[in-house]
Amino acid sequence: MDQIIVQILNGLDKGSAYALIALGLTLIFGTLGVVNFAHGALFMLGSFCAVIMSRILSASHTVIDETRTDFLGNPLKVDVPYVYDWFGEAAGQTIIDWAVPISILFAIPVMIGVGFIMERGLIKHFYKRPHADQILVTFGLAIVLQEVIKYFFGANPIQTPAPEAFTGSLDFGVWLGFDPLTIMYPYWRLVYFLFAALIIAAVFAFLQFTTFGMVVRAGMADRETVGILGIDIDKRFTLMFGIAAAVAGLAGVMYAPIVAPNYHMGMDFLVLSFVVVVVGGMGSLPGAVAAGFLLGILESFASMPWMVDKLPGINQIIIYLVAIIILLTRPRGLMGRKGVMED
Amino acid sequence: MLGLNKNDATLFLVVLALTMLAPFILNPFPEGSGMAQFNAGYPDLMQRFVIFGIFAIGFNILFGLTGYLSFGHAAFLGVGSYAAIWSLKLFTLDVIPAIIFAIILAGAFSLLVGFISLRRSGIYFSILTLAFAQMSYALAYSVLTPLTGGETGLQIKGTDTPLLSNVADGEIGRANLLGAEMSSGFDMAVGSWLFTFNLGYYIAAVAMLIAFYLSIRIFRSPFGMMLRAVKSNQQRMNYTGLSPKPYTLAAFVISGMYAGLAGGLMVAMDTQVGPERMFWTASGEVVIMTILGGAGTLLGPVLGAGFIKYFENIVSKINKDILHNWFAFLPDGFEDVMVSLVYPFVGKGWHLTLGILFMLVVIFLPGGLVEGGQRLIGLFRRKSKSSEAGKADGTEPAE
Amino acid sequence: MGILEVSGVNKRFGGLQALGDVNLSVEEKSVHAIIGPNGAGKSTLLNCLVGKLIPDSGSVMFDGQSVLGRKPHEINQMGISRVFQTPEIFGDLTVLENMLIPVFAKRDGAFRMHAIESVPHEKDVIARAEEMLAEVKMLEKSGMTASSLSRGDKRRLEMAMCLVQEPKLLLLDEPTAGMARADTENTIQLLKDIRTERGITMAIIEHDMNVVFSLADRITVLAQGTPLVEDIPDNIKGHPKVREAYLGEAQV
Repeated sequence: MDQIIVQILNGLDKGSAYALIALGLTLIFGTLGVVNFAHGALFMLGSFCAVIMSRILSASHTVIDETRTDFLGNPLKVDVPYVYDWFGEAAGQTIIDWAVPISILFAIPVMIGVGFIMERGLIKHFYKRPHADQILVTFGLAIVLQEVIKYFFGANPIQTPAPEAFTGSLDFGVWLGFDPLTIMYPYWRLVYFLFAALIIAAVFAFLQFTTFGMVVRAGMADRETVGILGIDIDKRFTLMFGIAAAVAGLAGVMYAPIVAPNYHMGMDFLVLSFVVVVVGGMGSLPGAVAAGFLLGILESFASMPWMVDKLPGINQIIIYLVAIIILLTRPRGLMGRKGVMED
Repeated sequence: MLGLNKNDATLFLVVLALTMLAPFILNPFPEGSGMAQFNAGYPDLMQRFVIFGIFAIGFNILFGLTGYLSFGHAAFLGVGSYAAIWSLKLFTLDVIPAIIFAIILAGAFSLLVGFISLRRSGIYFSILTLAFAQMSYALAYSVLTPLTGGETGLQIKGTDTPLLSNVADGEIGRANLLGAEMSSGFDMAVGSWLFTFNLGYYIAAVAMLIAFYLSIRIFRSPFGMMLRAVKSNQQRMNYTGLSPKPYTLAAFVISGMYAGLAGGLMVAMDTQVGPERMFWTASGEVVIMTILGGAGTLLGPVLGAGFIKYFENIVSKINKDILHNWFAFLPDGFEDVMVSLVYPFVGKGWHLTLGILFMLVVIFLPGGLVEGGQRLIGLFRRKSKSSEAGKADGTEPAE
Repeated sequence: MGILEVSGVNKRFGGLQALGDVNLSVEEKSVHAIIGPNGAGKSTLLNCLVGKLIPDSGSVMFDGQSVLGRKPHEINQMGISRVFQTPEIFGDLTVLENMLIPVFAKRDGAFRMHAIESVPHEKDVIARAEEMLAEVKMLEKSGMTASSLSRGDKRRLEMAMCLVQEPKLLLLDEPTAGMARADTENTIQLLKDIRTERGITMAIIEHDMNVVFSLADRITVLAQGTPLVEDIPDNIKGHPKVREAYLGEAQV
């Protein structure tokens, strides 16, 4: 029993990332009808927002500390981050420590901006082109984005730790009446899951309860009719693209402490996220979220030692296997609507 | 000639001449000159030109004609490679059986994958092929290690004793054709030029010419026309009494066999294989080659493969020193600016250039380099025509 | 016994009875029109004839064989061709190629791996296709890309693609829907010509009654998924039930 709970918990954080990326993919597909192969790159950009922010925050200048000497007897040179000067050493240290959560504030405008530029500059010219063309041009864009990041940040993963306060693990099992130390769950993963849940809830609330969201949902269902009503759907869709980009970006920011950001992490996640979208049902938001968590947890179950013992390699292929089976037996995915991308 | 019409025959002869004379054409710069690093006439690179050419020609039969975008063709290339290496390790060091096994096994695997994937179309088809390919990669990487050598892959080892070949104990066997080793060949020095002729290259080149010839025949056949009909309107096809599925599946298997041939040839040349050959970025590469060159055209895939492999090798070699040499004629400040502007796009930044180029082609030149070439020729002809006629009758289409 | 015999066909979509106990008999060499107000089930019926939909119950016999459970291309190979509301042609291919495909389909069946043969060497097929193009006066357009044709030409091309297969039954789905008056007249004339010159059996689905009165030998009026009346045009015109069905629609 405790093993099952451990696996469910382990699946949650990866599932959260899948769900967030798939949610953005589906938003873009549902509203704009565009298959965005660059969505993984947006996730990667988000992760690098965290890297950039932590670098900005730890930007420092060198001072000579006369009171101390280095091993040669010269006065010691010390790097002092600017934030120490501005906020004092204790507060400054906390700020640097909290770089990842602080990057959220930085990532939101950046990612929305990136989304706007992408949609206005590139994607909008592809609404009327075949899906294959959309896949190809966004695939090209994904390559460009990841190569740009590689140029500036190098090919190696960059460790971006979570704040000190979240480094430990929560003894989750004790709460449920198990023995101590049976079900351990790192705090940051818990934070990630809660964060993802919050974002997902926010997106759904936004679509459900605001006028804007209503129009967008109507547009997803029947674009032409909404257009006939005289509503400028295009502008809203542009904003929607920005939001989807921000969702992917935030998923990336908070994921940075879990997997050290590298330039190709976007592609790695993209392939799986597409599988998630297809399993959930192209164009279905709840489907994307449900499938994201489902596949994350399935993957984690498949990685259990006795599973791998019985069916070696199952953890590597489970997601693809499930996708193939679902696509063949339920062509529309778990919650897909009729008539979406069926030609 | 050979059942081709005049234009196609000319095209084939041009490609024939180019591939046969490649050791000359690709080595235009004398040895030791500053430009010698842009020579591409060395066996390893030339082999890659034609092998990826085969891969792209095959992919084009599927994507260019039927419009089905597969993101998993590297899996067939990989299967072909594994089949070929086992043939070399166990059966005979002769490459012909290895290549035949590669084609057959890749064909069988693509039949299975195609049969399942083609139940869906559009983006779903792309994702299904992607899923299959990733699954194959993951399996080759982990569970199937006894068959695939896992992460390290497979090579011919000293302990391998192929059934039909005489290999001394502990000697590492080498791939051959009727006893002639792949790496055999000769150099030809003309003045300060050096040209390398390599058996392996010529075997791969002949394979590519056959592949290219067959693709012309397929393009011009009723079957090829049906494949274009699949892309154009499946509904009408159904109501015209034709079943699109077997046509598409046949195209899928043919392109899978081409990939297998390419994979088998790769092994014949370097006698090794690893799972990364099946990774989805490898599938993406053949997509890029085909589209960059011109999907749906005969020459496009060959051009695209050659273009990408050439620049991958050459552009990625350009470093800061070379750039400084190039811009040395500029005043110092400008030189540095130019170097730092160009540097991100060369050397390790080659993929950036490739990505940008690919996007530009998809956006502005959906017909790829071939369409670009035709437009240029059209522009040129129109100009000369209008200058001859004096007045513009240039509104007439060029072709 | 007609060439097409539909008996007791039912089709439900969820709670909606789209077709209820439809019986229909199309005589050989006749033009049979199926009319009815919107939502009467005309398109559903047509889709049941060509294999796109499978009825829940009942039988559809064509030329003595059941079409049920067969795929659209198999039904076409039995001799039923279909013309769509908006012309369905191979837009990326040339007009001649559009014409060649049905000729190949007629000769070689649903699938043939003729991958090494060359199209220009298929002299008979090309001759047949060009002959048909000449008949519909489109021979001079044979090198054009089909998508660049005018709408009228697309309609003629589609019709010719069906006719070149010498179908035993030609199904037409609202061939004049959305057409301007002049185009409608042209289409009616084209169908009349086909009828007099070839004597092909036709079943026409139409919303516009005026079109069918000038063409049809017999008319079936469908309302709410069930045939109301079947008779010759003159008797249909003043039939009270028909008026009721159409007036009922007009009031909505």
